This record gives sequence, structure tokens and C-alpha cells, in this order.
Amino acid sequence: MAKIIVVTSGKGGVGKTTTSASISTGLARRGHKTVVIDFDVGLRNLDLIMNCERRVVYDFVNVIQGEATLNQALIRDKRVDTLYILPASQTREKEALTQEGVEKVITELSKTFDYIVCDSPAGIEHGALMALYYADEAIVVTNPEVSSVRDSDRILGILQSKSRRSELGLEPVREHLLLTRYNPARVERGEMLSVADVEEILAIPLLGVIPESQIVLNASNQGLPVILEDESDAGQAYEDAVARLLGEEREHRFLTGQKKGFFSRMFKG
Amino acid sequence: MSFFDYFKSKKNTSASVAKERLQIIVAHERGQRDLPDYLPQLQQELLAVIRKYVQIDDDMVQVELDRNKDCSVLELNVTLPEH
Repeated sequence: MAKIIVVTSGKGGVGKTTTSASISTGLARRGHKTVVIDFDVGLRNLDLIMNCERRVVYDFVNVIQGEATLNQALIRDKRVDTLYILPASQTREKEALTQEGVEKVITELSKTFDYIVCDSPAGIEHGALMALYYADEAIVVTNPEVSSVRDSDRILGILQSKSRRSELGLEPVREHLLLTRYNPARVERGEMLSVADVEEILAIPLLGVIPESQIVLNASNQGLPVILEDESDAGQAYEDAVARLLGEEREHRFLTGQKKGFFSRMFKG
Repeated sequence: MSFFDYFKSKKNTSASVAKERLQIIVAHERGQRDLPDYLPQLQQELLAVIRKYVQIDDDMVQVELDRNKDCSVLELNVTLPEH
């Protein structure tokens, strides 16, 4: 049985797809057979972030409607051979993701995969509800910013009332907070909510803090999941998050700004 | 402003304003979220029962649910006409 993880947020643009790409790559790189599914029908982008946009032939909706088999639609990642991508349809209606169809695909994938990562669209409508419905665990991607925190709380309410686990009265979906675009220097100046602030408001366990970093845009430009940038702070922060997801204890890093010393201020500007 | 408030400069940062605003709105929205679906219907049925005996308007029966740590209180307010 595969473990189903939804990457969700409510708000758009906070880093769901970036996170889905990195978490799934991280899980696969540790030898777990992993598939990442794009639920954003009509606005697919996971293929671009994973650098497989030119290899998409069939998609999620094709499989649901019986126009292609799962094996025809799954794209094998070129860097990590235990990783597969199931792209969203770019042309269909959102409603094409029927509950029965999604269930059929997830049940089928569960037989052969260890992890199924569901990249949710923004919002709280059909696509987002489908992405979280079957989840065992949820990674709630949040920026330290008022609208994102509020929307995350909203999505937590939905996980607790509209997921399959809640409807069947099973053990609740395990929730994880992933704080992204964190800028320690601004936090120190009192311009940005701190990790502690967001933890206190949302009251769910912290999976990781990804520092705001230029490397994220650089990586997405090239279709490279950030986690593969092993030298970068954001890449290492994602690697830590994957380790914690798997139950390892790791201290949180990159929570304080680098203080510029006298020399670096003098010579590097 | 007292003398000591002057030293609590952290209170005035935009981040602390954000936190305070979030705490209020999130608490409010959680309260709404947890309300049971049956409240509106309960209110309608109570109205019907009371109307058997007294003529009252729709807005004269108010049903609210207060959740505390140990128990929840269903508060029922019925305003009766003056005579």
C-alpha cells in the first residue's frame, strides 16, 4: 500500500509545485518508488518544473476516461529512476477529475508505488478537494504572510472535514507545516512573521522551513527540482524536510540571517 | 502610553500587527467552521413549535453554540412580543 501525500495550501504561488517536485524527488532518491501527480487540470506546470514538458503524451484525464493506460501516461524521470510523473490535462474541464476516476487511478498506483505525492491546485474547489480527498498525510505549504497563513488554516479545516479519512471516521490526515520563502533577516527586523508565530497560529507540527533563495527560480528555470541543488540552503532544507517526513529527527536550519561581518561588508558591498 | 510601553518596541513591528490580526480572524473563522449543520433547521423547527402558542417573527428566536473546553452550551434566546 502506498502512502498518499497531498501538497496543498489554499493560496496560490506559495510553492506547492516546487515543493511537490522536491519532496517527490527526495523520496525517490532514497530508493522509494514514488509518483507525483499534477491535479491542476487546465494549468499544468509540474511537467515544466520537472523538465519533462516535451515528453507528455497522455495525461491524468486520458487515463480516467480510458483513452490511455496508466503505463502510457506515466513519465519516468530522467535523473532519478524510481520517480514517475503523471501530468495534468491542459485542455480538459476541471470536472473531468471525477471522484471514481481519481480513486481508480490512485488504487492502481497504490499497488506498485511506495509514495503518491498529489500536487494540489490553488483554491478550495473541485481540483483541490480531489487532490486532498485520499490523503494520508498533508504538507501545508505556507508563506510567512497574512493571506497565506489564513488560507492554510482554511485548508486545514477542509482536511479535517472533507477528506476521505474524516468522512470515514478514520485516523485523521497527518498534517505538516512547511514554511517557504522564509527570510530570517526580515524576521529579525520585525517585518515578517517568524516560524514561532506561524506555528502558534496554525498549531500543526513543523516539517521544515525553506529559506527564500534565488536558487529556487534558477532551478525552476532549468526544470530542476531544488532538492537536487545539494549545495544550496533551499536544497538542503528540502532534504531535511524529506528526512523528517520519513521519521528522522533533524534540527531546523537556516532560521537566522547571516550577519555580515566587517570584512565582507567592506569588500563585498 | 506608560513609561514601560516604550521598551516594548517589538509590539509595534508590522510582524506583530500581522500576528495579532491573524489570531483574531483565524479564531473567528474556526468558530464558524465548527458549527454543526443542523443549527439552521433546529432554529426553524423551534420557531414552528413556539408559533403554536405565541405569534413571533423569524428573528425572534436565536440559536447559538458556545464551545468551551469541557462542554458546549446551546444558547436559545426567544424574544416574546410585549403583550
